[in-house]
Amino acid sequence: MTTTDRSVIVDSLGVGLATGTYGVSFGAISTASGLDVLQTCVLSLLVFTGASQFAFLGIIASGGNPVTGALTATLLGSRNLFYGLSLAQRLDLKGPQRLASAHLVIDESTAMAVTRETRRQSRLGFYWTGISIFVLWNLMTFLGALAGEKIGNPETYGLDAAVGAAFLGLLWPRLTSWHARIVALFGAAVALGLVPLTAAGLPIVLGGGAAVVLGMLWRPRVDA
Amino acid sequence: MTSLWLGIVIMIVGCFALKYAGLSVPERILNHPATVRAADLIPVALLGALIAVQVFADDGSLRIDARLLGLAVAAVLLALRVPFLPVVFAAALVAGLARMV
Repeated sequence: MTTTDRSVIVDSLGVGLATGTYGVSFGAISTASGLDVLQTCVLSLLVFTGASQFAFLGIIASGGNPVTGALTATLLGSRNLFYGLSLAQRLDLKGPQRLASAHLVIDESTAMAVTRETRRQSRLGFYWTGISIFVLWNLMTFLGALAGEKIGNPETYGLDAAVGAAFLGLLWPRLTSWHARIVALFGAAVALGLVPLTAAGLPIVLGGGAAVVLGMLWRPRVDA
Repeated sequence: MTSLWLGIVIMIVGCFALKYAGLSVPERILNHPATVRAADLIPVALLGALIAVQVFADDGSLRIDARLLGLAVAAVLLALRVPFLPVVFAAALVAGLARMV
């Protein structure tokens, strides 16, 4: 079956619509966690990588230092580095074009580009997905931020529970093997053990770090 | 500049640098089996830790409350392949309702 340009664009817009709309949850949680509307919108405009943005809020909301939050969030963004590697050969971008396109390197734009067979369709998938998410994500962040300001305390309407659910939603598609599930559980267990002992924010970095080490050392013979 | 803005600026610079480096660095520098493995593990490990702290931590101690109920609802809905946004809304709704009871 040959994939037409049109179907690549339609698929990309579908992913863009589905992903961009959840900017509303980011915006609402952000202002309810104490960031102002400007800070919230700057994050979505200039950081533009959802999981990292949520991670930053999670650490701020739990009383952590913003610098610890930013470093954890950046570490979480390190997967974009590896997305860039597989995108580079498929998109073949030069100079200013590469500089401008780098901002759009996220989970979804990568997924919609690397599965294509031709350079033309890789580019179509990458830009239509990346740009549609960018536009909608920022618009929805702004609307969510205004709503979050009205809500005030995140415990009202269970917004604090929404953050945990958002993280689980981001983690879920990655839990495809027992190896991944055990690494995630180990990270959770170490982090919880450290909560009473260390400053807020650190349990996440240390728990996550310990789980990466476990995952590197323990290699199951059959990788599911 | 408040520390919140400092954190935001670090994130902007750090996250963009990672994205741009990925598109620019010659492939052989990063494409070792060990680095690729670590890159797959980092989000899984960090998200696991983030969920745990988000759901159980309360100012330096651990507490079980409506947040856990919200997480359980999210897990069930995700297992049923419900999309992201309804999952997040449902978790918030259930936790909010549980607190009202």
